[in-house]
This record gives sequence, structure tokens and C-alpha cells, in this order.
Amino acid sequence: MYAQMVKSTGETVVAKEKLSPKEREFQDRIDRGEKIEPKDWMPEEYRKNLIRQIGQHAHSEIVGQLPEGNWITRAPTLERKANLLAKVQDEAGHGLYLYCAAETLGVSRDELFDMLHKGKMKYSSIFNYPTLTWADMGAIGWLVDGAAIMNQVPLQRTSYGPYARAMVRICKEESFHQRQGFQIMLTMAQGTEDQKRMAQDALNRFWYPSLMMFGPSDKDSVHSAQSMAWKIKMNSNDELRQKFVDEIAPQAAFLGLNIPDDDLVWNEKTGHHDYSEPDWDEFFQVISGNGPCNKERLDARKKAWNDGAWVRDGMLAHARKKAMRKVAE
Amino acid sequence: MLVLGHRTSEWCGVAPALEEDIALANIALDLIGQAKLWLEYAGEVEDAERTANTLAFRRDFYDFRNLLMLELPNEDYARTIIRHFLFDAFQVPWLEALAASSDETISSIGQKTVKEANYHLERSQDTVVALGDGTEESNTRMQKALHDLWPYAGEMFQDDEIDRMMQGESIAPLPSSMKKAWELRVERVFNDAFLILPDSDFSHSGGRQGIRHTEHLGHMLASMQFLQRAYPGASW
Ligand SMILES: [Fe+2]
Ligand SMILES: [Fe+2]
Repeated sequence: MYAQMVKSTGETVVAKEKLSPKEREFQDRIDRGEKIEPKDWMPEEYRKNLIRQIGQHAHSEIVGQLPEGNWITRAPTLERKANLLAKVQDEAGHGLYLYCAAETLGVSRDELFDMLHKGKMKYSSIFNYPTLTWADMGAIGWLVDGAAIMNQVPLQRTSYGPYARAMVRICKEESFHQRQGFQIMLTMAQGTEDQKRMAQDALNRFWYPSLMMFGPSDKDSVHSAQSMAWKIKMNSNDELRQKFVDEIAPQAAFLGLNIPDDDLVWNEKTGHHDYSEPDWDEFFQVISGNGPCNKERLDARKKAWNDGAWVRDGMLAHARKKAMRKVAE
Repeated sequence: MLVLGHRTSEWCGVAPALEEDIALANIALDLIGQAKLWLEYAGEVEDAERTANTLAFRRDFYDFRNLLMLELPNEDYARTIIRHFLFDAFQVPWLEALAASSDETISSIGQKTVKEANYHLERSQDTVVALGDGTEESNTRMQKALHDLWPYAGEMFQDDEIDRMMQGESIAPLPSSMKKAWELRVERVFNDAFLILPDSDFSHSGGRQGIRHTEHLGHMLASMQFLQRAYPGASW
């Protein structure tokens, strides 16, 4: 997901009787479904894990602006241009909410940016794939925002108040993005031969990377137990991936597009679709920096940050001078 | 509008700060929305079955009528902001005047869009003052941007035959009639921003008549119109 490889500490949950009274009270509050607020006491590990997760999520939103930003200047109509621009703007807004949520845990936006730029924090692997045709704007909205929703809807019930509230606002916009993406796919799937080809090609390229968004298979994902107990992770990776496949398969059929997986079939017995796993070697390569666009994405972010330094400094200096002039008056 | 909206949208995802990114996207959205209104009406007046999209995506450079200043590349944030301010300071009184046009549609578009223009002006003006004042570097960059753009500002106030015809029918005032008030505002703001107005009244011209464009417009159109040109007849 947007936070797909959050390294959490504590592979297993510490038994309740071994917790200190404070920790036990904390866990009890979470078990009762209470929200933890910034001023409340929280275990250091809970705070650290949350910072990693929210930070990774925030970074994904702003790095996620880049692949779609790539097509704003080439959008085919005024309406599509405006919609895409508004969508990418929403993603910047999501980044902003999430950085604010992370700030309540005592880490500043600048510190988080710095960790992103130094490669110490990650963002979702999906944004390291290139956008090559206009149909990719459809595929991203439909599949990527679709996968984001799968993960984020349950996070509206996450235990940390500011994070849960950010999720509520974000989810509303994400479902709008998904519909918009599906609309683009539909228009193209019903369009000319060239457009159909673009639509199918986009699905071919984005299908497996979308499945990777949910993170490694449960059998290889050892870090979840404590996060689940703390309710900062609500479902297992495979659970959400299955849900996603079950939702997307009929939509692809409706579009008349083929999901690039010959083994994808409805399984009467399980009540779910069987499907092929993505290439996990590729996933680990992308996550560790060797995806098709990792370097470009990070370089673009760093360049924007460095090029903008004089603007931020200038604004700050002006604000200070203005305040001093007021005092002098 | 379309040309400046396009340029502004190029900042999406790479602005100096998240807040700027969001604000610039807002401005680009307003401008593209305004372009759509004007182009729709132009298509209606022309009565040749050209939609706003045909006018935007299927005309070549010589049929584009726009201020040369707006097609120049963004270059850096200083040029972006100075350009917005020089333009916004003209747009606000201009749209106010159009709101009183004898033509009903023009008047209603004027009324509708002047609110947005006011917000743009407020923002660009504040930013000019902030960055002109800010640091030595920000002042130097803003001064350079002002110097680079100044020879393009005068085009906003050049009257042509069409302007005189429009004025005759009370559709729009003469652009030249806006100049005095604009100069006063611009002088005051640049003064507050510790920026020096270039001492030259030379001005490039020809963009509004389509007689001349910069080399940059062709590149902008090449990307903007790519899909409509490469796949004619497709709907998107
Ligand atoms: Fe988002
Ligand atoms: Fe989204």
C-alpha cells in the first residue's frame, strides 16, 4: 500500500501480563476502540511506528504527483486537463494533511522531507513506474487510487486520532479519483482501435505493480502483529489484495479489457478469484531503489526542494522583518 | 488564459513548497476554466461549429492570439510570480470593465471571473512584496525576473483595430485606457518590494494579433495538442 514496507519493531505482540501498567492501560484503550490523541501518553514504539507509516504515506502522496503530473500538459481536452490538475492537487493536499498528522507526533515536515531525500524513508513502489500514454491516467485512477481506497477505508478506524481523521477526508477524494480514472478507461475502451490498444497496454503494465501495492505476501510479512494489535494496521496484506482482485476483475470484464493473468478465475469453493502472485523479486528490487523511475522521482523531488529553497528562505526572512518592523513602530 | 494556465500547470508537483503547489494549481485551474468560457463564446460568435476544445487543440501558432509575455517559459519561481503580478494587475480592472460590457455574455463572464482575478492579484502582489523584501538572493532573482519581463508588459496596453471597434460598440474599453492606473499600482508595489522599475518603455508586440510569437509557443502547442493531433477524430 502507500505504506507497504513499514519496518516495525516487535515481530510479535508482547503478552498483556508482561506490559507495564501504563502500557496495559494504553492497550486497553485501543481495545475498547478509543482514539489516542497527540497529548496522550503512548509507548515510544507506537509513536515511532506511526511516524514511519504516516511519513511513508505522506511521501507517497507527493511523489505520486509526479507520474500523473507528467500528463497534465498533454491532457487531451480542457475538461480532462482541469480534472487531472485538480486530482494531482488533491494528492498534494493529502500529503499536507498527513505531514500535519505526523507533526502531532513530534516530527517536522522538513525532517521528513530530509529523510525522503536521503533515501532513509520510502514511498509506495507503484510511483516508480513510468506513465507512457494517456490511458495510464485512467489506469492509475482506477487501479492505484482503487488500491489506495482498499487500504485506507479501514484506516479511518485506526487508533491514532489525527491519522484516522486525515483518512476520512482523504478517502472521500480517493473514491472520486477512482471514478474519474474508470471514466477515462471506459471512454478509451469504447473508443478507436488506437485508444483500445492504449487502454489494454496500460492495464498490462499497471496490473502487477498495483497488486504489489498491498505489500509482500503474508507469509513473508513478519512485522504486522504488533501493528495490528495497536490498530495502526487493520488488515493483512493478502486479505486486502484478494479484496482488490475481487473488485477489479468484474470491472475489467465490463470494460472489455483483459487482466494479464491467465490463471485469474472465479473459484466457486472459496468465493474469491484465484490469481497469480506478482513477481516479488521485482518488487524487492523496486523497493530497494532499482525500479524503472526511482532515481528520476527522487531527483525530481530533490530538485524541486533545492530550487525552492530561496523562495522559502525569502518568505521566512520577510515574515521576520515584518514582525520586527511592527515591534519597532 | 489558456497559455498562462498551461504554464502555471507546469508547476504541479514541483513547486517550492506544498502550499505553493496547491495555490498554483488553483490558479491554473481558474485560468483554464476562464479560457474555456472565453473559447466557448468565441466559438459561438464565430458560428463555424468550433468548440472550445477545437479552438484550443486544433489551431496552429498563427491563430493563437495571446500576450507574448504569457508564453515565455516559467524559468524560475521569480519569473512566474512577477509575470502573474504584472498580468493580474491588468486583469482585475480589465475584467471589471468587461463586467459592464454591452455584450451580455462578455459581461457575465467578466463578472464571474473578476472575483478569481482579484484573489490572484492579492496573492501575486503579496508574494512580490515578500520575495522582493526577503533575502538578498530573493531580491536579486525578483529584480532579474522583472528586468526580463518588462519589455513584454507594454503589449497589454497596445490598441489595435479590433480594440477600437469593440470600444465603438461599448463591448470593451481600449486597453491603453488601463495603463495609467496599472502603472500607479505597479510602481507602488515594486516600491514596497524594494525592486527597481526598469527605465525603458520599449515593448514587444504582435502576439495579440498573431503576427508574431516567441519560439516557445510552438513547443507548448506540440505537447498540449499532441493527442488531438496524433489521433484526430477520437473522443477522450
Ligand atoms: Fe491521495
Ligand atoms: Fe488519489
